[in-house]
Amino acid sequence: MGSLIFDVQDVTLRFGGVVSLNNVTLHQNRGEILAIIGPNGAGKTSLFNSLTGVYAPQEGTILFTNSQDKSISVIGKKPFRVSNAGVARTFQASRMFSAMTTFENVKIGAESHRGLGVVGAMLKGPATRRDDRNSDQATKELLEFVGLTSQANTIAASLSYGARRRLEIARGLATKPEVLLLDEPAAGTNPAEKIELAQLIRRVRDEMGVSILLIEHDMKLVMSLAERLYVLNFGSVIASGTPDEIRANPVVIEAYLGSADAGVAEETK
Amino acid sequence: MKNFFGNPRLQRYGRTLLILLLIIVMTGPEGNGSQPTSGFTGSFGNHMSFFGFFYPQRWVVFVLLAGIIYGVISSVKLTVHWWRNRAIFRGDTYQRISRTVVATKRRSRLKSTRLGFYALGLAFALYFPHLVTDQSWQTLVVQDVLVYLLLALGLNVVTGFAGLLDLGYVAFYAIGAYTTAWVTGSLPTPPPFGVHWNTFVAIPVAIVFAMLCGVLLGIPTLRLRGDYLAIVTLGFGEIVYLFINNSYGITGGSTGTNQIPFLSFHLGPIKYLWGLIPEPYYYLTLAFVVIFLIVFSSLEHSRVGRSWVAIREDEVAAESLGIHPLKYKVMAFAIGAASAGFAGVVTASQTLFVTPPTFTISFSINILVLVIFGGMGSIFGVVLGGLVVQGFVAYLTHSPPSVYNAADLYMYLGALLVVMMIYRPAGLFPSRRRLRELHLIEGGVAPDTLQVEIGAHRVQEDV
Amino acid sequence: MSYFSSHFATLGHEFWGLLVGGIANGFIYAMVAIGYTMVYGVLRLINFAHSEVFMTGAFASFFLLKFLVGNSTPNAFESVVYLIAAVLIGGIVGALVALLLERVAYRPLRRRSAPKLAYLISAIGASYFLYNFVGKEFGRINLSIDAPYTNNTVFTIFGAPVQTYYIVIFFVGVTMLVTLDRLVATSKLGHGIRAVAQDAETASLMGVNIDRTIALTFMLGGFLGGVAGFLYSIPVGAVYGMGFTPALKAFSAAVLGGIGNLRGAVLGGLILGVVESLSVAFVSGAYIDVVAFGVLVLVLLVRPTGILGERLGRSA
Ligand SMILES: Nc1ncnc2c1ncn2[C@@H]1O[C@H](COP(=O)(O)OP(=O)(O)O)[C@@H](O)[C@H]1O
Ligand SMILES: [Mg+2]
Repeated sequence: MGSLIFDVQDVTLRFGGVVSLNNVTLHQNRGEILAIIGPNGAGKTSLFNSLTGVYAPQEGTILFTNSQDKSISVIGKKPFRVSNAGVARTFQASRMFSAMTTFENVKIGAESHRGLGVVGAMLKGPATRRDDRNSDQATKELLEFVGLTSQANTIAASLSYGARRRLEIARGLATKPEVLLLDEPAAGTNPAEKIELAQLIRRVRDEMGVSILLIEHDMKLVMSLAERLYVLNFGSVIASGTPDEIRANPVVIEAYLGSADAGVAEETK
Repeated sequence: MKNFFGNPRLQRYGRTLLILLLIIVMTGPEGNGSQPTSGFTGSFGNHMSFFGFFYPQRWVVFVLLAGIIYGVISSVKLTVHWWRNRAIFRGDTYQRISRTVVATKRRSRLKSTRLGFYALGLAFALYFPHLVTDQSWQTLVVQDVLVYLLLALGLNVVTGFAGLLDLGYVAFYAIGAYTTAWVTGSLPTPPPFGVHWNTFVAIPVAIVFAMLCGVLLGIPTLRLRGDYLAIVTLGFGEIVYLFINNSYGITGGSTGTNQIPFLSFHLGPIKYLWGLIPEPYYYLTLAFVVIFLIVFSSLEHSRVGRSWVAIREDEVAAESLGIHPLKYKVMAFAIGAASAGFAGVVTASQTLFVTPPTFTISFSINILVLVIFGGMGSIFGVVLGGLVVQGFVAYLTHSPPSVYNAADLYMYLGALLVVMMIYRPAGLFPSRRRLRELHLIEGGVAPDTLQVEIGAHRVQEDV
Repeated sequence: MSYFSSHFATLGHEFWGLLVGGIANGFIYAMVAIGYTMVYGVLRLINFAHSEVFMTGAFASFFLLKFLVGNSTPNAFESVVYLIAAVLIGGIVGALVALLLERVAYRPLRRRSAPKLAYLISAIGASYFLYNFVGKEFGRINLSIDAPYTNNTVFTIFGAPVQTYYIVIFFVGVTMLVTLDRLVATSKLGHGIRAVAQDAETASLMGVNIDRTIALTFMLGGFLGGVAGFLYSIPVGAVYGMGFTPALKAFSAAVLGGIGNLRGAVLGGLILGVVESLSVAFVSGAYIDVVAFGVLVLVLLVRPTGILGERLGRSA
């Protein structure tokens, strides 16, 4: 393949005087597991929000290309349109529908791309019932895939951290995306859960063919998982390359030693 | 001194006393501007009968009543307390385990209980006109209970399912009623195509018309914060009222419409005319209520219903999954509008004349009370709550007791809203999901959709 | 074409008179709008019961003036004293009712951080309770106010008479608005209000007493609202349902100026008052109330943040 799924050119995002993204240029290949790293406040989440239509950067272009080679320009599109085009995401502070069960959470994702169908919904016609059964089936399979089958009927608010992360991944996958954006999926999980999570992410790519864009602070996880990385600092891309290249990059080490977050430095030593 | 007044028990007594005083005044005689204290002094000083035993001053009666109620509540509490304690002595662990098992069992049983209740209720409703043969009662039940239920079920879609506050709901009801008058040729303006249509024709016309107004009003305002919708709809309700009350050439103005024909149909050999007798209208309106119940229940448990919940719970997350929040909100708003429009047809075809005073903003508040009382978002709750409140109001209208003045209805309804919001925000018969949502919001776990000010993509505009 | 030209002719003819009346109304809207905007600042919600603060203020002044003036014709000194007394009592009762509202309809919900919908419903309930309660106790007919002065023409602007009533509104309005502006900008209380508006959590960490600040915010807005109610009722009288329409307009004014923005509320109120007054030339009397609503919808469509922009706590 080799085609680009995300092509980001010279993107600048400002909030009043604060420059969250400064001339960011990056690209992701189809089928790639790509990671974004950088200290807190570097603009990683802002980048995700820009890629999903939550924020509209003032300058630059963001092109998303689907597997049918159709490109859309993300900037100026509403989040639901970007989602419909094939981009799914999770949130840094996980946002589930906490009063719903795990099953319902994922089902919402599975059926959100269909039309409105209000009349069908009121009359419960055969087509609506069939749709409903299909969504149930898809939901079951996804819960199986992420390993939440036993907690299908648990209220989302009472799930463990690790389970919530997996729930968010399942919910995102339910929208049948081509790329999945994960914002610090390992935050708040224990070491065992981290290993499971890494396996899950790789399986998402390998078995479902979904490209992965990943923000993560845990260097061990990132370096083992990502095929390529970009390093953000103060809104700018300061380095990019394979894990080995990044580890050896003096600019990166500098940036990480400069901040309190010395993960990379420790990792290199 | 501060300690003395800070004593929680004292505060509780103080609050109880204040509430008692308020109730005495609320149920007291009407006052007037030239003798501003007469209402208050009369509330305490006038005499009233204590169940026919004796005839003391009003305040004595209320104090006695309060004492009796307090006594009953305390003894019930005491009994319950004793019963619980007795159970605890029989082995704590065993009790706890068995209790959780019961809880899960009860949950699965809930649905069938509900169905059973509906079946029983329907059977009772079908038999009702034979039970209460007084026609003035039957009319009240149709016009003040069943029609209100239709309206409440519709508003529940807007407020309960989608979490939107529509205070101009009455406007769509008015649109439905006046459309009926228009279509049947009962307005000063000529009917469409100059034909006096059958009243049934008004149903689709009114629904489409009300829905259209809902969509046109909803699209610009539903993009904004939730509370702006409330005030815009309030203004809309006021405008519709001004219009029907003042445009004599079109709506008949304050004198109201001409006579609207009875409902009737005439299909080949089958024909039927709903006349002045309330009973046939009773069955027809009941049928409409049942249809609303079925349709809105399936809506609640459909993809659309779940999307509303998702938007209500976390709009940003819902949008990230591809749900178009505005589309769903407008849809809910339009469905509510259409229901009210439909109810307007039902009313117009029964009351023969339609006049503006029916359609003041207060009416929206009345419907809101029904939705809140039972438990917004729970169809079962809304039906039950609507029956209780409107049944009681109908009783008060039919045979008002000495302490009740019909002009004070909205004073009581307003107070009821505040009391509900303070003590039972999820309503008396809440849906389990709604209750859970509320607990989570109040525990700070779930974000409050209305609190998440504007969809995040609008944040930049503010800066 | 001729429709408009004839209407503009009417407008030209009466322009100055309409302008003066519009500005006077504008001050009243501004004083009510401030109450909405301040509460919006600290709680992020529309205080639906603010209309009843307005109404009760008018009733308080009505009773006081009935007691003071009665059938007498006050002399100049008495006029001023009675007027000040009526303004104060209207304001004080307005503030007390606002405080009561905060205590009963809002605070219990705030305690358990209820969803916003609950606040709105509670406030609407309180509003319905209050105005119908007043209707019950004091009658449901219009009570005409015993004005403490005779409404003479004081001077004319381009032939338009300016009566005592307008002078009173102007003086009271300017005094109130300027005082409030200074109070919020410079006093410790004002600092607290701004801090809460910006970020309640941080403010509370900084030692601001949130409950007290919110209560005082309600009272300040209530004071102005009560005074506005009195001023409004002088020519038209007091009646239990009088709050609804002016309050809806004042809210439109607050949004027009930029909700949360004190000066915006004043600007919005004045603009709305003038626009409404001038539109008399184009809109028939029965529909004059629609103008404000039209303005509201227009603002929400074109610039939802208002003329001066929303300012939730950034400054006065
Ligand atoms: N909605 C917003 N309004 C104002 N500033 C924002 C907003 N979102 C992000 N920022 C700013 O952008 C910068 C980058 O933040 P973020 O993208 O969350 O960083 P990261 O995810 O790398 O920790 C921060 O300085 C933050 O304050
Ligand atoms: Mg982040």
